[in-house]
Amino acid sequence: MWILLLLPFAGLLWLPFYNHEGPALFGFPFFYWYQLLWVPVTALLIWIVYRHDKKNGVE
Amino acid sequence: MDAQTMGAINWTALSVFVFFFLLVTVMGFYASRWQRPEKKEAHLDEWGLGGRNFGTWITWFLVGGDFYTAYTVIAVPALVYAVGAYGFFALPYTILVYPIVFVIMPKLWHAAHKAGHVTAADVVFGRYGSRPLELAVAVTAVVATMPYIALQLVGMEVVIKALGLTGELPLAAAFVILALYTYSAGLRAPALIAFVKDLMIYIVVLVAVVLVPIKLGGYPAVFAAAGEAFAAKGGATGLTLKPAQLLPYATLALGSALAAFMYPHTLTGIFAAKSADTIRKNAVFLPAYTVLLGLIALLGYMAYAAKITVKSNNDVVPALFNALFPAWFSGFAFAAIAIGALVPAAVMSIGAANLFTRNFWKAYVNPSITPPGEAKVAKITSLGVKVGALVIIIFLPTQFALDLQLLGGVWILQTFPAVVFGLFFAWFRAPALLAGWAVGLISGTTIAFLDGVKPVHTFNLGDGHYAVYTGLLALVINVVVAAVVQVVLPSAGTKPKAVAA
Repeated sequence: MWILLLLPFAGLLWLPFYNHEGPALFGFPFFYWYQLLWVPVTALLIWIVYRHDKKNGVE
Repeated sequence: MDAQTMGAINWTALSVFVFFFLLVTVMGFYASRWQRPEKKEAHLDEWGLGGRNFGTWITWFLVGGDFYTAYTVIAVPALVYAVGAYGFFALPYTILVYPIVFVIMPKLWHAAHKAGHVTAADVVFGRYGSRPLELAVAVTAVVATMPYIALQLVGMEVVIKALGLTGELPLAAAFVILALYTYSAGLRAPALIAFVKDLMIYIVVLVAVVLVPIKLGGYPAVFAAAGEAFAAKGGATGLTLKPAQLLPYATLALGSALAAFMYPHTLTGIFAAKSADTIRKNAVFLPAYTVLLGLIALLGYMAYAAKITVKSNNDVVPALFNALFPAWFSGFAFAAIAIGALVPAAVMSIGAANLFTRNFWKAYVNPSITPPGEAKVAKITSLGVKVGALVIIIFLPTQFALDLQLLGGVWILQTFPAVVFGLFFAWFRAPALLAGWAVGLISGTTIAFLDGVKPVHTFNLGDGHYAVYTGLLALVINVVVAAVVQVVLPSAGTKPKAVAA
């Protein structure tokens, strides 16, 4: 489960993957909406790990 | 005041601004009674950590309020306005910080809670029993925080100027009021004010990101205007990163994320939480502020679509609001930014005062000090810290504070191994960590100075140029040195206390 917490690092620190303008979404170039999308995705991943920990009784 | 400066004052905006400023002042003084247990004697836990009883919501507002500072609201759009995509590194930085907080901070909270520690340096002393390592962590934290407080004043100065007020008096007055209610109410004051500040900032930003593009022809037009401006400007600017900027962008984001919760103001929010669960929940919900930050950053592009030109990049946000919004809303927005400076400045001065009291006064001056005595020393220290920051801003060039804050980031990152490693494994001992800290600090500072106080250092390897964040580079040196010393001198120093389960 903890491995999920590494995904944002992979997704955001490998710049060649998202350093371009297309495809745009709602007028936002890819570079911008891709990074903004990682905000809710990261919160969700942390929440999944949190739920999992809680079930296993992590203090 | 002569007639001309009188005429420049925006009275509507100023009235709204003053109203909200007075509101939070009243709240600040009232805060000393808020959530206070009855008949509790004066204690540093009360003044410096709000009774260690902040639940999920209060912690969310408090940490959100002091991590995303007023200076952020001014400086991030200013950088984005100046260079484009590169200024957005604040976004991955404030995303990656939360997995880090989720993994590390509940453990740090447990270590502090069990032993009644108030500061990170307390935790380090508790673990390693080393006064020198404790002092290293404490001094680094205080020195890195002072210019950070000064920058909050810069943020406040910018909006006070945008209201048409001149001179240092309004700034000094605002800060004296802040100093007084922090003195009387401690951490409860910024915690209570953070509710108002954060709600105001949310309102301002949501209105701005919806209404401004409507006025300017939508987001495609905003990005197009910025793209054209950068094409005309040339150099290392643009809507995407230049190849040479990729590595600096990634290392700045990662290094800043590692450093963010080593600062006393963010850690104070952690130590003041009621439980480890409070902190974990906040790691899930605090990213909401990062969405806000991303949108705030876009104000830098909106300025191009609105055809705004400014003398100093830091004026871009106030100039945008003054140009596009009615005066009363500008006043509201400026009040939000100024109050946004008060919350972090208060928490920073409290964090620094806690460090001074626990890790200097109690450690070296008066080891038998009582908890009420500690509270007294911390309260007086918090006044001194704020006066110091005010003096820096009024008497030294702003660039000095900016440079110091940048170096502060490099420095605070060097406390990471001492504060964090011991929470997970007990291999390192104090002498190794101290050596790593010292070499990391000295090499990071030297490299930054040789580069002309720039945050990024360029290596030339063969034909390639690789530029990385100096703080992260120094941290690598720090860890390598600590590991080498630990291998060479495995039994120097005492064995650290066992890692808590």
